[in-house]
Formats: sequence, C-alpha cells, structure tokens
Amino acid sequence: MAKTRTQTIGAVRRTFSPWTDATATPLIRFENVVKRFGAFTAVNNVSLDIYEREFFALLGPSGCGKTTLMRMLAGFEDPTEGRITLAGQDLSGVPPYRRPVNMMFQSYALFPHMSVADNIAFGPKQAGMAKADIDARVEEMLTLVKLESFAKRKPHQLSGGQRQRVALARSLATRPKVLLLDEPLGALDKKLREETQFELMDLQMELGMTFLIVTHDQEEAMTVADRIAVMNHGVLVQVDPPAAIYEQPATKYVADFIGDVNIVECVVDGCFGGDLRLSTPITPHPLQIAQGDAGGVKTGDKVWLAIRPEKLRISLEAPDAAAGNCFAGEIFDIGYLGDLSVYHVELPCGTRIKVSQPNLSRMVERPISWEDKVYVTFTPHAGVVLSR
Amino acid sequence: MSKSLSWFNVTALVLGFAFLYIPILLLVIYSFNASRLVTIWGGFSTQWYGALLENEQLLDAAWVTLRVAFLSSLVATVLGTMAALALTRYGRFFGRSLFSGMTYAPLVMPEVITGLSLLLLFVAIGLERGFWTITLAHITFTMCFVAVVVQSRLVTFDRSLEEAALDLGCPPFKTFFIITLPLILPAVVSGFMLAFTLSMDDLVIASFTTGPGATTLPMRIYSQVRMGVTPEINAICTVMIGIVTVVVVFASIMTKRQEAQRKRDEQAAAAH
Ligand SMILES: Nc1ncnc2c1ncn2[C@@H]1O[C@H](COP(=O)(O)OP(=O)(O)OP(=O)(O)O)[C@@H](O)[C@H]1O
Ligand SMILES: [Mg+2]
Repeated sequence: MAKTRTQTIGAVRRTFSPWTDATATPLIRFENVVKRFGAFTAVNNVSLDIYEREFFALLGPSGCGKTTLMRMLAGFEDPTEGRITLAGQDLSGVPPYRRPVNMMFQSYALFPHMSVADNIAFGPKQAGMAKADIDARVEEMLTLVKLESFAKRKPHQLSGGQRQRVALARSLATRPKVLLLDEPLGALDKKLREETQFELMDLQMELGMTFLIVTHDQEEAMTVADRIAVMNHGVLVQVDPPAAIYEQPATKYVADFIGDVNIVECVVDGCFGGDLRLSTPITPHPLQIAQGDAGGVKTGDKVWLAIRPEKLRISLEAPDAAAGNCFAGEIFDIGYLGDLSVYHVELPCGTRIKVSQPNLSRMVERPISWEDKVYVTFTPHAGVVLSR
Repeated sequence: MSKSLSWFNVTALVLGFAFLYIPILLLVIYSFNASRLVTIWGGFSTQWYGALLENEQLLDAAWVTLRVAFLSSLVATVLGTMAALALTRYGRFFGRSLFSGMTYAPLVMPEVITGLSLLLLFVAIGLERGFWTITLAHITFTMCFVAVVVQSRLVTFDRSLEEAALDLGCPPFKTFFIITLPLILPAVVSGFMLAFTLSMDDLVIASFTTGPGATTLPMRIYSQVRMGVTPEINAICTVMIGIVTVVVVFASIMTKRQEAQRKRDEQAAAAH
C-alpha cells in the first residue's frame, strides 16, 4: 500500500510543473490584489497564479495576511483593489455559497448544536445529495480523520485535535474544486500530523482537487506542497517549489525564514565568469562562491552570503590551502539532536557560525568538544549570494 | 474583604427584602381570608378563588389580557430580533445611531408619554380603539426590551459559524434559520417571556389605548379597587403573581442555560 502510494506521488510529482509552462492556464488568479482595513494594508498588491491540481502552501509570520488572502478567495472579504478569477470567471460579486471553494477555518467554526456526523453532513446536504450517499460520505470522512467512534458527539465533547479533524472532514466532505486549509493540522501530534499529511496528498491526487494550505510548520509545507509562497507584511516575497525556496532563496528574509541559515555580510571583490570573490571582515581569506547567474552583482557591491549549516564541514585539523573556503574558530556550544549535532563555532571577531553534522557513527575516537579549535570549510557551491 | 455576612449586611438584606415582599406576602395571605373584611383575619378559606370563577367581568378581562400579551409578545419578539440583527450585523448603515437610539428610547420613556402619543396616533389615523390598539401599543413598547436581550447575545455570537455555513453552500436566509436562530434561541425565548410579562401587567399604556369592550385585567382590578378592596381582588392578584413568578423563573433558567451554552460554544470555537 505504502509502496504504490509513493510511486503514484513520484510519477505525478516528477512531471507536474504547470507554472513553468507558458501555455498552461491557471485555475486561480490573483491580479494585483490589495486589501485594506481602514488605513492598514493587510494584503499588498499580490499577483499569484495557482494551477489546477496544485498543492500550494502559504508560509509567513503571524499577521502577514495569509488568512485575509484566503478569505478573499472564499468570498468573505472583497479585495479593495485588483481582482480574483477562478477558472477564468471573475469572482467579484459572487457570494461565498456560490463559489466552488471550501475553507477550513483556523478557528474550526464547528456548529456547536450539531453532532460530529451532522457537521460533516452539512455540506453534502446543502448540495442536495441523496441520504444514502451522504451517510456513506460521512462514514468515509470519519474514517479518514480516524473519528469513527465519535460520530454522535457534540463539538464541545471533543479535544482540540479532534475538533480540528472534524473541521477538516467537514471541509473535505463536499469535495470542492478548491480547498482552502487554514492551519489544518496545527493541533495534531507529530505522528498523526504526518499521517494526515500523506492522507491529504493522496486524497488531493485521487480527487484532482486544488489545495491552498496555510501552515506555520515549514517541514509540513515542504512535504506536501508543489509550490510554496513566502509572505511578509502582506507582500509575496517568493513563490517557488520547496527545493528552490530552500536552495535559491530570493532574499535574506526568505533564507532566514525557511530553515536554519548563516548570513554573512560581504563585499564583492571581483567576478570571474560564474564565480564571485567576496571579502568579509570575519575572515582574512577571500571567499570563492559559484553563482550560476552572477547577474546584477558588480564588484564593490555589498552582498550577503547565506549558507545552510548542513553545507558546512567541520574538522579539528587545518585543511590544505587548496581546500577552498575556510573559517577558523573555536567551539562555543554543541547541540546534540540525535541524528545531528549542531556546533556553534565562534570566530575570532566574535561572529558565531552554525554547523550541523550527521552523527554517522555511534563511536567517535576523538569527538569535537567545547572550546576545541576547529576549521569550518565549504565548497564554492555551498552558499548563495543575495543582494537583498 | 471578608466573605461572611456582617451584621450590617444581614440587616440591610432583611430590611430590603421586607420592604419588597411584605406587601405582596400580605396580599397573598389575605387572599385566603375567610372574612369579607379585608383587614380582619377570619380563618383560612379558598372561597374567594371559587368566587373568581363566577366573576364574569374578571374572567373576561383575564382572557383579553392573555390574548393581548400572547399576540403582542409574539410580534414584538419577531420585530425585536430583527432590530437586534440589524443593529449588530450591518456595521455602519445610514442613520445607524439614530436607529439604535430610537430602539432604546422606549426603555426609558415615561409610560404616560408612550401611552398618550400612541393614543394621539390612533385618533389621528382614525383607528377604532379596542383590542387591536392595545396589542399594537404593547408591541411598540415591548419590542425594544426584546431587542436589548437578543442583541446582548448576538454581540458574542461567533460570526465564523455563519461564514462556515455559507461556505458550505447554505444561502444566507437558510443559514439564519438552521445556524443562527437555534444558537440564539434561548435569548429569543427570554425576550418573548419578558415581553409577555410586561404586557400582562401594563396598566398605563393599556388605559390610554383601550376602547369599549377591551378591558384588561390590570384595568379591571384598578377600577374595582377604587370602589374598595375585596378579597376577590387579592385572589386574582395572587394568581397573577403566580403566573409572573413562573414565567420569570423559567426565563432566568433559560438565561442561565444560554450562558452555559455560550461558554461551551466559545470553548468549541477557540482553536487552542
Ligand atoms: N477585519 C479586520 N479588520 C482590521 N484588521 C484586520 C481584519 N482582519 C485582519 N486584520 C489585520 O490584517 C492582518 C493580517 O491578518 P491575517 O488574519 O490575514 O493574518 P495571518 O497571516 O492569517 O496570521 P496568523 O498566522 O496569525 O493566522 C493582521 O495584522 C490583522 O490584524
Ligand atoms: Mg491566519
């Protein structure tokens, strides 16, 4: 079962990238959408295309406008400027109950006077489904969220995580063309969350739905999404597939927001083909960085070098001069995480660099310890140069 | 501050309750008086309650009162709920504060003025005074009480429940009846009961707006008392006290339950 699932996902995912296809028409289009509440701008000039069958994730700090963006798509708020189209149809003036879009609310919004089963059956009932089909659908949804034995309970008799699952089941029950999930799995424990993530991906693929998900969990976004949008202060900072967001962040903000990163301020000393030479006050040696498209960066520019901790190597012996980029420092602190150890290396100038190393062997002859002198090395391809 | 009652608190409490309830208690006790003389105790008897059933005039008046109270509180509940919805839901519409002020004005308006102005209106439009004018007048003055009760519930109502229903394809009108109304029903019922009791014991407005053939119970009692208090009056008043007590107790239970329900709703709605 698990085997076939990964294969299906693999087969679909490998070929699914409509956003690179200039001829593909998007299902949902935000065109220069602005939303103001009084003088406050919650969503600022967002243009975004989302394609059919896409699993799209919105990431961003609290209050950056994620929920507002979703509420405009669901029809609860009207854009102050710009427009939203769905399958070519302008949505302005279309009331929420006529949009083929369902939303799972961040606050769940379960109907307190109805049982779990009635909550889930609500959507299908409004759609005019036959009684037997509704019962079957409710059964199916309850199985999906593993709440088979809770059908008769009222929402106030459930735990937070159980309520969240009911809300998820209710929003899925009508099988809408587009499903908006506002932090759908936040209250679940890690194991249940991971299971539900895979169930969601399966379901999305099987039913050909388009998912727009808001999450605070980066790993979750990376796992489920075809593309991720990083938002900040109502603006879309970057929209890309997970690997591109992680490896090619567009700005310092994105690099810092997604995963762990060391950011070093540098000055460009020179460009040689695709390579950049950078100098930085934290080390006497110039750094050699391969930048595929050095476009935009000139000699003398101030830039930031972003390097992920796992792309750095740490050693007790001084490397050869030819080994490439190197910082010398002292171990300030060590975080042991089981699979990894994170070393905080303090450079002579006081800057601290994070280096993570997999713990490959159970026994190490001479483990790196506190206050050891160490050398941190990295290849020209390890880091990315950012001009913003 | 100490939680136990000090002698001062106890005295204040006793005096306060005595002030409020001794007259009522006396009335109830004398309704079981065997003697015809109201102020002299002649032994226990229920004869005046029997006599009530033969007093056509009082029974007629009671029937009118019940009909007026039921009809007017029903209409007042519908109108009051609608006013409350308009006031809480439609954020800023033209003349909102005027409308809201006008909804609450009758709460503090002297009854004499309400009664008199309604009388003038009925006379001006040439409406024949009687049962219907009293009912209309009672709708007018009880509606605002319903609006206040329902509005206090709507303020804490979680709008996302309605949004969720709309989102799942339920049109607004239907959403009101299957989501909003069931959840605010306790408040609507307490509003209804409040309107009912207010209408039942109103004397002033009813006297202004009545006409021939439509005498309510408070009016009948008042006119009889002017010719001297009879034990029969004590008996009918005791019955009325009984009805009002039952309704008020029931309404307060509903309010308590509503409060508990709201707490549960809030817990259910809160995400974490
Ligand atoms: N109805 C409203 N009136 C005024 N301001 C609002 C309203 N709704 C949202 N805002 C503001 O808009 C901003 C964006 O809110 P939004 O709910 O979209 O944030 P979010 O990204 O979903 O945050 P979170 O991750 O905490 O859920 C916030 O600063 C919020 O205070
Ligand atoms: Mg939100």
